Amino acid sequence: MSILKKTVAAMATAATMVAGAAHAEDVRIALVVKALGIGFFEAAAKGAEEAAKELGDVEIIYTGPTDTTAEGQIEVINALIAQKVDAIAISANDADALVPALKKAMDRGIKVISWDSGVAEAGRMAHLNPSSNALIGNMIIKLAADHMPDGGEVAILSASATATNQNIWIDEMMKVMDNYPGIKVVATVYGDDLADKSYREAQGLMQSYPDLKAIIAPTSVGIVAAAQAVADAGKIGQINVTGLGLPSEMAGAIESGASKSFAIWNPIDLGYSATMMAYDLVKGAEGGPGATLDMGRMGEITLDEHGDGAMADPFVYDKSNIEEFKSIF
Amino acid sequence: MTDTAATERHIPDRLSRPGVRLLRSWEALLLIVAVLIFTANSFASPYFLDAWNLSDATFNFTEKAMIGFAMALLIVSGEIDLSVAAIIALASTAMGAAVQAGAGTPELLAIGLGVGLLCGTFNAVFVTVLGLPSIVVTIGTMSLFRGLSSIVLGDQAYGGYPADFAWFGQGYVWWVFSVELVLFALLAVGFGALLHLTNFGRAVYAIGNNQTAALFSGIRVRRVKFLLFLMTGLMSGLAAICLTSRLGSTRPTIALGWELEVVTMVVLGGVNILGGSGTIPGVVIAAFVMGLVTFGLGLLNVPGIVMQVFIGLLLIGVIALPRLWSRIGARRR
Repeated sequence: MSILKKTVAAMATAATMVAGAAHAEDVRIALVVKALGIGFFEAAAKGAEEAAKELGDVEIIYTGPTDTTAEGQIEVINALIAQKVDAIAISANDADALVPALKKAMDRGIKVISWDSGVAEAGRMAHLNPSSNALIGNMIIKLAADHMPDGGEVAILSASATATNQNIWIDEMMKVMDNYPGIKVVATVYGDDLADKSYREAQGLMQSYPDLKAIIAPTSVGIVAAAQAVADAGKIGQINVTGLGLPSEMAGAIESGASKSFAIWNPIDLGYSATMMAYDLVKGAEGGPGATLDMGRMGEITLDEHGDGAMADPFVYDKSNIEEFKSIF
Repeated sequence: MTDTAATERHIPDRLSRPGVRLLRSWEALLLIVAVLIFTANSFASPYFLDAWNLSDATFNFTEKAMIGFAMALLIVSGEIDLSVAAIIALASTAMGAAVQAGAGTPELLAIGLGVGLLCGTFNAVFVTVLGLPSIVVTIGTMSLFRGLSSIVLGDQAYGGYPADFAWFGQGYVWWVFSVELVLFALLAVGFGALLHLTNFGRAVYAIGNNQTAALFSGIRVRRVKFLLFLMTGLMSGLAAICLTSRLGSTRPTIALGWELEVVTMVVLGGVNILGGSGTIPGVVIAAFVMGLVTFGLGLLNVPGIVMQVFIGLLLIGVIALPRLWSRIGARRR
């Protein structure tokens, strides 16, 4: 028994010393994710560490539940409140369920922001969107236009006709078409985010429009299927597939040349910016609608009437960086 | 397992004194573990010994323990219910749908408990009337109940619960004692009395030890089991009310994986997974042990995945220790 007691006491002392070793004056920012062990969030944590190194006096606590549940995140938040961390930056599993716990955190002087997947307005001081609808709409047509110096025909392969996000992005794209003279959108088809249906729709586009120069797919399912259809039809080099996709799924298409480039948010920048914003709040900046916060190398962010802000243009992935990102997400 | 059961049931020349028996009991061992964890946590984190922090920590286990009490009785009787977390999901979804239709707090309580009771009845009919193995039936209903909830909700969520409904999961009765903690204490006393002080409780033990003998002693085995499944369903409904009230939102993933945490709690509490033995005080202490471990590790920012490793080691350690102990004791003799 006495040996056991001594061991426990020794362990406890060791733990206290480890805890005491961290600088007392450090700003402690907790990066809470939907669940641990997801490549996207591990990359965001990398970005948070980068921000911490740049700032110097920041300690990052990277944590989250094992399942993507709201109750798991509440347990994590309670533990963080108990430790009196300075700020919590969270990607929420449930926009409403976390509000009571995060309100409690704010009552105790903890700065709270959400990023990636937002918390309802009452439960945070700012929300960081990776991008905005207008920026995404512009980016998808720009990606196609960059490889069409002489203009030509492009077609859109979307998710379902009722998919809210895709419809907004396509609308935003149509608004800026005047900036890309010579480029004509000839058709919009719907693959319903099903691999086989998207593949058939892409085949149909190639048959109906023999002069087609690019297929724009603002959906991660559609873009992969379209690239496959183009490769199978032997039209690599003739038709460029672009849009929004995941690096892990698009690596093959980039290597084969079926897709010259595509875009999606960069999780490293996202974790970096969230950390910078949280730090700015801790150092006395005000959150809420209309506020402006500092994001370090990513510039400044201005919050809209709901306290939401957009980080940047979607990040472009091509031959030069696909190797680095395909293992991340 | 039969050979060990035979060695356990040897009849000693005389019983050791009650005090000695208490000291050697599972509950005493667990209590020591709980105290050790409490002490280690107090040393490891300066934030641990704080009334409000400890109060927050109780939410990590109160809802699971409510189900754990009923589950303990069920496991003592030799059955199991793996659908409890799915019942929470279905009951919560039903309450969410009722809110959209304009239901108030009293109706929500009735719906939560009612759905729990219905699901319990469903399990009970298959196990006691049709005589199917409970583990198979409840693995099936686990998918069925949560599946229904997923069909209704998809990737959507129900919200907008009435303000006074929040009292059950977020309210406090007095100072740091939350409504859930008080409910937990009352249920612990209630289930403890039911298992340890009533004929019904003796019947549960008898069934768990030897179902055939119990039947021939005039115990209405199927009726007792039917009631136990109803109780487990009802407690899952109650847990659904508390959890939904605490979250203020319903998603199909609500309480995902809780069935195994509840069973872990019960087994850690000293209930024999094969039935026949176990106590409610054991489950109460196990609830605190699990809550303290997860909260203490949370304070040290140990990732959840590592936390599960700790819980697993704790479970195996606490279960293996007495067995090793008796082996060593037997060799010396």
